[in-house]
Amino acid sequence: MSAPARAWSWLRRNGLPIYAGLAVLYMLIPIIVVAVFSFGETPKGKLTFALDNGFTLEYWRTMLDIPELNDALWTSVRLAAFATVISTAIGTAMAIALVRHRFHGKRLANLLIVIPMATPEVVIGASLLSMFIYYSFALGLTTLLIAHVMFSISFVVVVVRSRLIGFDRNLEEAAADLGASPLTTFRTVTLPLLAPGIVSAALLAFALSIDDFVISNFNSGTTVTFPLYVYGVSLRGIPVQVNALATLLFLIAVVAVAIVLIQQRRAERMAAVRPDAEPGGPIPLPGTAAAQ
Amino acid sequence: MSWSKRLIPYWLLGPGLLWLVFFFVVPMYFMGELALYSGSLTTGGFEFTWAFENFPDALSGHTEQILRSFFYAGTATVLALLIGYPLAYAIAFRSGRFKTLMLFAVIAPFFTTYLIRTIAWKTILSDDSPLVSVLQTLSLTPGDGRVLATSGAVIAGLTYNFLPFMILPLYANLERLDLRLVEAAKDLYSSPRTAFLKVTLPLTMPGIVAGVLLTFIPAFGDYINAQLLGGTGQAMIGNVIQSLYLNQRDYPEAAALSFLMMALILAVVLLYIRFAGTEAFMGDEDDAEGAK
Repeated sequence: MSAPARAWSWLRRNGLPIYAGLAVLYMLIPIIVVAVFSFGETPKGKLTFALDNGFTLEYWRTMLDIPELNDALWTSVRLAAFATVISTAIGTAMAIALVRHRFHGKRLANLLIVIPMATPEVVIGASLLSMFIYYSFALGLTTLLIAHVMFSISFVVVVVRSRLIGFDRNLEEAAADLGASPLTTFRTVTLPLLAPGIVSAALLAFALSIDDFVISNFNSGTTVTFPLYVYGVSLRGIPVQVNALATLLFLIAVVAVAIVLIQQRRAERMAAVRPDAEPGGPIPLPGTAAAQ
Repeated sequence: MSWSKRLIPYWLLGPGLLWLVFFFVVPMYFMGELALYSGSLTTGGFEFTWAFENFPDALSGHTEQILRSFFYAGTATVLALLIGYPLAYAIAFRSGRFKTLMLFAVIAPFFTTYLIRTIAWKTILSDDSPLVSVLQTLSLTPGDGRVLATSGAVIAGLTYNFLPFMILPLYANLERLDLRLVEAAKDLYSSPRTAFLKVTLPLTMPGIVAGVLLTFIPAFGDYINAQLLGGTGQAMIGNVIQSLYLNQRDYPEAAALSFLMMALILAVVLLYIRFAGTEAFMGDEDDAEGAK
């Protein structure tokens, strides 16, 4: 075989893995850049490619030394916590109704849950602002909470629903046969088996809330969340501490997801879930749950 | 069934549906109403005058940005498909023990704030970045040697940010592909290429359509990429809506514009759901419990 022909056949065999490897690298580049830059000494505390200034832990040490950044982060965490609790509770109830019950208007309810996920954020933000303007409602933490719960609900429903569909109902029937009341069955059988799904949904809601910029930008008034703070300073040059913080948050998210994943696997091993029903992974996004 | 039992699903759905009605559907109504106001803040405020001319005015005043949004989002969607399909295929069939790791790489961007990822791209594409000097050496940059503040930078940002929304539904679809069908095609002497075009591609069409929708819609409405990576000549329709609402406070025109955007997207999504159901968004068939 001639050299070009050999090269061609090698490429045909290995082209796809190489292409996939490059694509994966592409997904990770910005994350790597953010992490690397958090260790780079920079003359004015701003992001540039002048990495030759040396390695420093300065920005990790002073991560929480910028008061406005702290305030914004604290606001975001509080907001995300409230939004998560509310949206997870009402979203889980909705998922149970959709999977376990027959009722009129199910199609409409499904549509009402799906359409917000397919709506551009700018439209959601703009329409909420239109309503708040109409009622001269003061923008702030309350309007942010309303908005964040609103856009999280649909995602919670999708995640919990996918968990419920792969659920072995025989276990509940067994509990009932053994004389458990419906409430006891729910508390001691259904809820524990559903817990990994609910935790995934809550994590997703929390992540969506803490990451949201567009909708918050419309409805925040003078309240500053973490993304709004980052946006504000990005026009002048971001303090490097933001990079350190972003890297830390990334690591926390990875650990949280790993824990949920391990828990889910364990729950599956208890054979409570149909073997063919793989849960949608740690953060099932729209479309991913289709893996079911 | 007793009446009280029949009401259970409505009690479960109630809070969530009310939240979605009051904070998603009703705001859309107010946005539509606001679009029919006339006047301005400087001349004594707005008045409801059935000002239907706002709609054609909003369109004709921003034709450039509307066309640009279609072009940017369309290009980004095509690029995401070209990057995403081989990657999803490799993850589904060729990744072996790296499967979880590669899937993780696909969702990893979601663990870093959207805004911070985009700002990282701004750094990567900035004038002093090594990548840009490589591109300059290869004469791949436009005349002045800059990458930032060009259409290319905005499209690259959009492609990156919405790529996971393309990959995940594609992967979910490919995973369920029955490989025996591809083998059968090969047994019947079809070339790998014909087998792909006549078997794999048609069978993964639902995933492609879902991925295209889930990428195009948020990219079309996005304004962060154009704002951070583009210059004055790269404004998209989202930038216009954002600026009209939050800076110029020309609410009627802003509302008209985002109302039209919502109408367009709603039409596309409803058409899609009519043919394919809510699967791409919800993860499974409409009546999941009906199968049991």
